[in-house]
Amino acid sequence: MDNLSKEKALLLLDNGKYYEGYYEGKAIESGGEIVFNTAMNGYQELITDPSYNGQIVLMTYPMIGNYGITGTDFESEKVWLSGLVTRNYVRMFSHFGASKSLSEFVNAYGFPVISGIDTRHLAIELREEGSINAYIAPKESGITYIKSKLTGLPKMEGLNLAKNVSTAEVYEKRVKSPEFNVTIIDYGVKYNTVRCLNDLNACVTVVPYNFSKQEILKTEPDGILLSNGPGDPKTMKEEIETLKSLLGEKPVFGICLGHQLLALSLGFNTYKLKFGHHGINHPVKNLKTSKIEITSQNHGFCVNLSDTGGRISRNTELTHISLNDNTVEGIKNDELKAFSVQYHPESSPGPRDSRYLFSEFKELCLNNKKRIFKI
Amino acid sequence: MPKRTDIKRILIVGSGPIVIGQAAEFDYSGTQGAKALAEEGYEVILVNSNPATIMTDPGYASKTYIEPLTKEFIAKIIEKERPDSILPTLGGQTALNLTLELHENGVLQKYGLKILGANIDAIKKAEDREYFKKSMEKIGVPVLQGGFAVNMDEAYEVQKSIGFPVIIRPSFTLGGTGGGIAYNIEEFAEFASNGINASPINEILIEKSVIGFKEVELEVMTDKNRNTIIICSIENFDPMGIHTGDSITVAPVQTLNDKDLQKLRDYSIKIMNEIGIETGGSNIQFALDPDSDKVYVIEMNPRVSRSSSLASKATGFAIAKIAAKLAVGYTLDEITNDITKKTLACFEPSIDYVVTKIPRFTFEKFPQTDNTLTTHMKSVGEVMAIGRTFAGSIQKAARSLENGNYGIESLYGLDLSYEGTYNKQDTLMIKEEIRSLIKNNDYRRLFLIADALRINLTVDEINELSKIDKWFLNQIKLIIELEKKLFSITDLEGNIPLLREAKEFDFSNWVIAKLTARYKDGKHITPEDYSKKDESAIALIKEVERLTADICKKNNILRVYKKVDTCAAEFEAATPYMYSSYDKFNEVKPLENKKIVILGSGPNRIGQGIEFDYCCVHCALALKESGYSSIMVNCNPETVSTDYDTSSRLYFEPLTSEDVMSIENIEANPPIILQFGGQTPLKLAKEFDSSGIKILGTSFKDIDTAEDREKFKRVIEKLNLLQPNSSMAFNDEEVYKNSTRIGFPVLLRPSYVLGGRAMEIIYNENNLRQYIKKIFKQDISFPILIDKFLEDAIEVDVDALSDSKSVYIAGIMEHIEEAGVHSGDSACSLPAFSLDRDIIERIKEITVTICLEFNVKGLINIQYAVKNNDIYVIEVNPRASRTVPFVSKATGIPVAKLATKILLGEELDSFKLGKSFNIDYYCVKEAVFPFSKFSNVDPMLGPEMRSTGEVMGIDVNFGMAYAKSQIAAGQNLPLSGAVLISVKDEDKKYLSGICKPLIDMGFHILATKGTSEYLSELNIENQKINKVKEGRPHIIDALKNKEISMIFNTPRGMKSLEDSYIIRRSAIEFSLPYYTTIRGAAAACMAIRALKEHNVSVRALQDYYKGI
Repeated sequence: MDNLSKEKALLLLDNGKYYEGYYEGKAIESGGEIVFNTAMNGYQELITDPSYNGQIVLMTYPMIGNYGITGTDFESEKVWLSGLVTRNYVRMFSHFGASKSLSEFVNAYGFPVISGIDTRHLAIELREEGSINAYIAPKESGITYIKSKLTGLPKMEGLNLAKNVSTAEVYEKRVKSPEFNVTIIDYGVKYNTVRCLNDLNACVTVVPYNFSKQEILKTEPDGILLSNGPGDPKTMKEEIETLKSLLGEKPVFGICLGHQLLALSLGFNTYKLKFGHHGINHPVKNLKTSKIEITSQNHGFCVNLSDTGGRISRNTELTHISLNDNTVEGIKNDELKAFSVQYHPESSPGPRDSRYLFSEFKELCLNNKKRIFKI
Repeated sequence: MPKRTDIKRILIVGSGPIVIGQAAEFDYSGTQGAKALAEEGYEVILVNSNPATIMTDPGYASKTYIEPLTKEFIAKIIEKERPDSILPTLGGQTALNLTLELHENGVLQKYGLKILGANIDAIKKAEDREYFKKSMEKIGVPVLQGGFAVNMDEAYEVQKSIGFPVIIRPSFTLGGTGGGIAYNIEEFAEFASNGINASPINEILIEKSVIGFKEVELEVMTDKNRNTIIICSIENFDPMGIHTGDSITVAPVQTLNDKDLQKLRDYSIKIMNEIGIETGGSNIQFALDPDSDKVYVIEMNPRVSRSSSLASKATGFAIAKIAAKLAVGYTLDEITNDITKKTLACFEPSIDYVVTKIPRFTFEKFPQTDNTLTTHMKSVGEVMAIGRTFAGSIQKAARSLENGNYGIESLYGLDLSYEGTYNKQDTLMIKEEIRSLIKNNDYRRLFLIADALRINLTVDEINELSKIDKWFLNQIKLIIELEKKLFSITDLEGNIPLLREAKEFDFSNWVIAKLTARYKDGKHITPEDYSKKDESAIALIKEVERLTADICKKNNILRVYKKVDTCAAEFEAATPYMYSSYDKFNEVKPLENKKIVILGSGPNRIGQGIEFDYCCVHCALALKESGYSSIMVNCNPETVSTDYDTSSRLYFEPLTSEDVMSIENIEANPPIILQFGGQTPLKLAKEFDSSGIKILGTSFKDIDTAEDREKFKRVIEKLNLLQPNSSMAFNDEEVYKNSTRIGFPVLLRPSYVLGGRAMEIIYNENNLRQYIKKIFKQDISFPILIDKFLEDAIEVDVDALSDSKSVYIAGIMEHIEEAGVHSGDSACSLPAFSLDRDIIERIKEITVTICLEFNVKGLINIQYAVKNNDIYVIEVNPRASRTVPFVSKATGIPVAKLATKILLGEELDSFKLGKSFNIDYYCVKEAVFPFSKFSNVDPMLGPEMRSTGEVMGIDVNFGMAYAKSQIAAGQNLPLSGAVLISVKDEDKKYLSGICKPLIDMGFHILATKGTSEYLSELNIENQKINKVKEGRPHIIDALKNKEISMIFNTPRGMKSLEDSYIIRRSAIEFSLPYYTTIRGAAAACMAIRALKEHNVSVRALQDYYKGI
């Protein structure tokens, strides 16, 4: 299908600028914070990543949809992002595992895919301007209408989104010969986090984001994993309180939003990055080993270790930094048996360089278990 | 961690002459490496036999050796220079193999050289296929079923265990030499024995063939802390079964999902660790089953490769430079990303465009050879294009090829026959032919696939025939669908949205014009008019082309330029490296200071190679020195000119007038330099001239006079100079009439061609009739040029520099071979080795006269022929010639740089060069040929250029300089044994001068009947040997019994050529030194004498220049 027969879409930014493109598939309107992602493939994992809830994602790679949607590469049960913006959308996908097209899949969950946008230009704008809100609607609905919809959108800062994406019910993913138990607090967990733990023979229990300390401990974990997820961590006051009370009880491993929540519960602050880190090529240095990991990242907020708001944190070390902008990528508190990383060791999409963190978590859990036995 | 301080002097080994499989990419890597190491304060000792390289410019190393790349010569250099380390990973397979040899014969150990970037064990693990396979099995990376063999018995055994088809790969060879896919036992026997011969360790790997699997490559870098990153993933459009070098390739991969790709990434890291690559870049190839998730590793190259050069240009990541820095101890997080200047080299580039590489073939020069693509590399160059869509990128790449197409145009005229120009019968025939050509991997497959779609073959069927992924086929289908729409419209102005879409697909204005042009009666141009370049049709297309450009401009359908930044816009880019697309926003502001555009030379091909890139690079450097910004335009990813820091700004774009004019527009019409990029830019001179763009250097008018035969003839007559009788023919009758009038022998060739395409010497009427037949069969276009051929003349090439007031004779080169051999294919000596001083002086005078007459500003190349003390002017090229780098290396004068300064207005006299070069040693250039890669091709030298590269031998003694050039070119001159001699009657008078010294030196002579009888009459001892037709034992028996150590064979005329073909071809098959001209044979004798009488010594260029 050529562009001439597609419905025109308008992408309006909060700074008043707009971009004209085409709807791929259904002409659905939608809005949210727009971020750009530099991953050249892995769109299926990306659109099903709950961390993108409330966001429109612009793919900087210009050919999207190439290999369609396969039956296996989901990171959750549905599409979470608010819309997908591409330069060229490829309808004629080709892959032995593909069963449907990308736009068909995204549309089925009520979100739009648009093409024909000068994505490089827009990415540069977002880089310079910072991430802002945007709204996608059919061109014919008129700029006034689109503007009104856009102004109605909330700002990402101050938004609590984990509740939208978290599981409502506790569920388990067991393995044949379990060596330890991990309870994941689901702020927006990805399937691959569970898979990575299962692969290390962990029995995994996933609990809702707002479980209390007692409820969590009742699942008898050897370790607790704080998952990734969307939104501003500072809005999650109750969850932070729960974490504070849990610290020291069991080994804790935080990922992304989980990392930010751990930092907040240790008394540090978080802040919003200009345009965040969204891609699968981010170099992170492990300060202990000096090794570099190429990591998968997707976050708009970041931990500030020097801002403790006057309180004194207890022996928390910086373990990983970003080589792109020297921001905090990982912290550790040995005393509290807690550590966390800002990036995604479960990747998917992205390199698997950081899987060792799950093994370290396992070790921490097993050692702690042994110690408890001794006592 | 800081760089290593235990090393100070590093030896870099280059890759030698440009050959198929190893080309300019290693000049790019060697140059980057040498620069990076010098920057770090190391002393670099550099050796390469190829004078046409930037890396051998004396400024890049403290000592530069242009010496043969053999272990003996390198050992001498090591002995003399005492480097403490060797960096073998930048010079291709040649450097890697040499390093292994130098290790095996103990030279590296004796002089205590450390090997940087790799260790012997890792090289062996990666290169020795058996070792590699075992390593892969150990770490659980799947490899193909198969086994090794060192002889035919073993080979058959392995084959039996896996069935057919099987793929045969010789160990330790480059470009897949000697390999192949065998479908039956006969082919198997041939490939297996060839492979065993081709492998330096006589070993082949026989594997189950995975023809039709997807082929994907990963470019990987690692540092000493084992930080490993993937620079680029490359997917082959052509699946397994076609050598990567011959495949269209696309970056990044298109048809793999994240899981597929991460699996390859994980395997790559495992492989790097297991093989034990210490630091640097490697290339790993995988085969993927298109119908399942099965993946196999095919091979790895533990060094910078052709693909890494492509990856480097595709991503902006300076692989070779960083490899050099890693080799001396840095880690990836200690090196800055030169493109962003803000981030580090330790990351994985992300790109936001599509890169397509298309190989350039030269089968038209080797009509006898099989022109299907196999596992054996045959392409001689490549182009790369960058676009925002795959369609845009492949269309740009297609028109970058310079094969007469301005897009993926039809081979059958099908793009002009949508109205049903062809009848049903023809259509069926064409369909059948296309099917069979695609299936047999014809080298034009991209164009054939487009034609298949035009003639309504389905994507499924084409996929079945070609095994090319449907993704690619569907993308090409989109192009064809758009083409059909363009064809159907009657007016462009009423179809602006369609025009916009066509431009977004990067259709060239030419192709749009060709599709939409209609005669007054509303009819399209016919395929026939187009293919025959019918004048009125071409004029109509040109008119519509201009109109298209105007309509685009009026409707704001314009090219915008985007930056290559390694990071998909995440960080601001500091280094300007641009490509065009029809996107919405332009990112590039014109450069503000004084600036000049340099046009590069496009894809390497026979006739126009790295020599011109060398000149363009020098031009850029000179502009920088003079305070100008240089804007380079080129589309060849193998070159130094397309490196990100060679010019002030690089546009990675096709070299067509439309593409270049767009750049001119965006940069506010700066002046342009055309004289360094060979014929490619010169062809565009007229367009620029008429668009009012200032051409620096010799004016368009004077260029035209030199290029136009008639005008040129008149000028030469006016100057009272001699030139061979000549004429022009516009039809077959005239060819016949004018040739006979001038008198045999005559030289025939079509006008405006490079490298002597379809050029032939005609000795009699019979030959003439055959040539005329060929004109029609091979589609040679009129006019045909006819020249009197000066038999037995000595050819002389002169390069000169002029500011139109004074002239500097930069080099006079006497050809070794007599006239009739293309100047690009003949060896030559600078200074002349046999011509009288008087002749030389007269040549100088004539050169000055011609320079002043043509108002030459910059460089000029003149070809002369000397016969009976008469000097004929053969050709004048008002531009930098192929020999400029050779002349510069030989004399130490950077003539291309000085020419640039003249273009900027500096006076020649201000350089204080004197009137002429003056050196007291000999430099010999020898050509290198691809005959071993092309079966059934006669290695007889002739007027059609067929060499791919060149080497240089340098010494105070001519014989020794020639000997070095022969060794460097792979001619292993014997010091004893039997020489087979078979010469034409005309050459017999020279025989005693050749044979007597040979006998004195202890050789004995085998001669064919006529030659033998002649020698016997002169009482020269010889043994008669049978030609193949004369009964056994004959020449071939003697060759097989290794009784012959060198061959001199100079036939004349068709019959003699045919009879003796087998002798020359055997020389190739048996790797024997051979000479097909009598002067070449005589020089070989001088070389052998020099080798026997003198010690071979080596000397750096810097030391030669001290004496000047």
